[in-house]
Amino acid sequence: MGETILRVLMRTAALVVPVVLSAQPAPGGDATKGKDLFLKYSCYACHGFSGQNGPGARLVPMKMTAAGFVAYVRLPRTRQMPSFSAKVLSDEQLTDIHAYIKTLPESRPAKDIPALNQFKEQ
Amino acid sequence: MAKSKRGSVDRRGFLKGAAAGAAALVVKPQARAQEQAQARPAAPLPSPRQVALETGAPAARVDVYTTDRPGADFMVDVLKSLNFDYIFANPGSSFRGLQESFINYGGNKNPSWITCCHEESSIAMAHGYYKIEGKPILCMAHGTVGLQHASMAIYNAYADRVPVYLILGNEQEIGFRRSDVEWAHSVQDAASMVRDYTKWDDSPVSLGHFAESAVRAYKIMMTPPMEPVVICANGQLQEEPMSEQDRRTLRVPKTVLPTPPAGDPNAVAEAAKLLVAAENPVIVAGRVARTPRAIPLLVELAETLQAGVEDRKFRMNFPSHHPLFNTANVSNADVVLALEVPDFWNATHTQTPINRMGMESRPITKPGAKLITITAGDLFSRSNYQDFGRYTEVDLAIAADAEATLPSLIEACQKLITPDRRQAMEARGRKLAEVHKRNRDRDLDQATVGWDASPVTTARMAAELWNQIKDEDWSLVADTTFVSWWPLRLWNFQKPYHYIGGHGAYGIGYGAPAAVGAALANKKYGRISINIQCDGDLNYAPGVLWTAAHHRIPLLSIMHNNRAYHQEHMFLEDMAARAGRGVENTGIGVTLEDPHINYAMMAKAYGMYSSGPIDNPSDLGPAIKAALEVVKKGEPAMIDLVTQPR
Repeated sequence: MGETILRVLMRTAALVVPVVLSAQPAPGGDATKGKDLFLKYSCYACHGFSGQNGPGARLVPMKMTAAGFVAYVRLPRTRQMPSFSAKVLSDEQLTDIHAYIKTLPESRPAKDIPALNQFKEQ
Repeated sequence: MAKSKRGSVDRRGFLKGAAAGAAALVVKPQARAQEQAQARPAAPLPSPRQVALETGAPAARVDVYTTDRPGADFMVDVLKSLNFDYIFANPGSSFRGLQESFINYGGNKNPSWITCCHEESSIAMAHGYYKIEGKPILCMAHGTVGLQHASMAIYNAYADRVPVYLILGNEQEIGFRRSDVEWAHSVQDAASMVRDYTKWDDSPVSLGHFAESAVRAYKIMMTPPMEPVVICANGQLQEEPMSEQDRRTLRVPKTVLPTPPAGDPNAVAEAAKLLVAAENPVIVAGRVARTPRAIPLLVELAETLQAGVEDRKFRMNFPSHHPLFNTANVSNADVVLALEVPDFWNATHTQTPINRMGMESRPITKPGAKLITITAGDLFSRSNYQDFGRYTEVDLAIAADAEATLPSLIEACQKLITPDRRQAMEARGRKLAEVHKRNRDRDLDQATVGWDASPVTTARMAAELWNQIKDEDWSLVADTTFVSWWPLRLWNFQKPYHYIGGHGAYGIGYGAPAAVGAALANKKYGRISINIQCDGDLNYAPGVLWTAAHHRIPLLSIMHNNRAYHQEHMFLEDMAARAGRGVENTGIGVTLEDPHINYAMMAKAYGMYSSGPIDNPSDLGPAIKAALEVVKKGEPAMIDLVTQPR
């Protein structure tokens, strides 16, 4: 498929997806199921088991709404992130994953970690 | 040279047959003999004396069992003249003559023998050794099965512009192949298999030929761009005695290395003019540093211009805490100077990522930006293996060794800088220093992520290591690509031996042996060698752990045990997402689970101190401390650390 046609289709999808999502507002999601899905679908491969490491984007703290998260996964704007269609991960599954990510703890600031303070002094 | 006994037996047999025929003729009736003589020209018959000599009881055969001067001794004389420190080899019968001569006639000194458990390990160890010591290693392998094992590592060295001197044993004379084993280990043109990714090779047919080719190979190998070379050592030449004439006449040729090619003065002046006039010049550093001299030269050039530097991490090129380090913004540059950069096109263009369909690329440089390259890569090319990258349209291409060209380029720039330009450059330098500081603050912030998580983050691994080696004379003998470059983002890299760079051709299996080779080079200086060891990489040829233990090579290996060929896992996810199916299956064929591999037990089995597996981050610091104590006593040690994927 030509690049131009593909991009047109993707832009069209970007307009459509939020409409669909808004028609089916996602509930809170199940964090326990979300953890299993996070591992099963290898989200950790790019985002780390903590949701924050590796070449993928930092997911913690999760600032997106569940609907925004689903929309982003369908049509990511970063070059690194693949697009996961509803055939691969349903809206419900993504909402569960979103709920799990919301449970992951934030990092301590660097100033509170002595082993990192050493680098400040260099 | 002694004659083949087999040859003399055959000749004797032939003469016996001829004499028997002649005797038969003698006893025939004379008339018949005359008849035959008239019928056709008579062949001259052996005289009675000849017949007696040839048909009598043969003299007792003198079997030659020993010699005081096999040809291999002379080969050793030649190879010793090239001043190798070590030989890295897995044993092979096709170079048994040379091995015996090295350890006995040569006294196993200069070079001394390092026992390797795989030919791929031998070459990759040589690769790592060179990157620390700047000296090539002599490797040996069978011309057939050994070279087949070694070939990937040779390609890595080739792509990384690292010299490796490889001797291949081969029995070229068919009469000397003593069994089906030796036939299977013999080859018509041994070097052909790696000719596409070596710089030169030869198969000498005499000892004199060997001497010239051995020295010539060394000279070619050490002329930038440096690459591996291959010399085939014929088994017959190794094992048979030197002839009397060879003993009298052969000598070891003198070796004189060419001066590295420096850039044409006019082209260098043109480059300096562009760089000094530029508002935003940047320097992209590839495989610049051939010797320790390169780092201060590159710093001087960057400071002279107050230009941002983008280090592509192939070599220890530039101090990591220098305010100009990794501050280059190619997309904002008006002049880009690329020094020994492979695939420069990739540094100046974007491409559609792997997780999107199609392929679109565009330059990231501004319209009108001038591109300058200085590379010895323009002086030597092969066609089959495509590590040369895409053709890049540049404005000035200087075919020369970058390190050798830096002094004249610095001088040319300094001459052109006016007080006004100096002022502008200093202002630019202050801005770049701020960029450098922001980058470091960002890295520190990112290092906090998952600090207390289990498995352990690669950032924490790097920070805990630094905490205990920062006051030592240390050397990182590992690539950092697969740990998100955390050491390069946190540690203070300054000295030439602080970092050895990467694989060259990304052939996995390089890491463990390269680390052992580099650690051997560091040993005599008393440095602490640190290896961040990827799990997938170690499993190719883990016998190198035994080599480290056996030869008492001090090396701290800390496993990056993410239990996967992780890069491939991510690629599979990209492919499954593109195809819209089965993302949950992408662990198939790429993960190293069920059972988990216990690398601490593996290291112990090879005779090495080890600890772990560790998955609690708070256990890591004490484990590093204990392992370092072992390393400081001159032994290798391993910590099996279960880690986050990257």
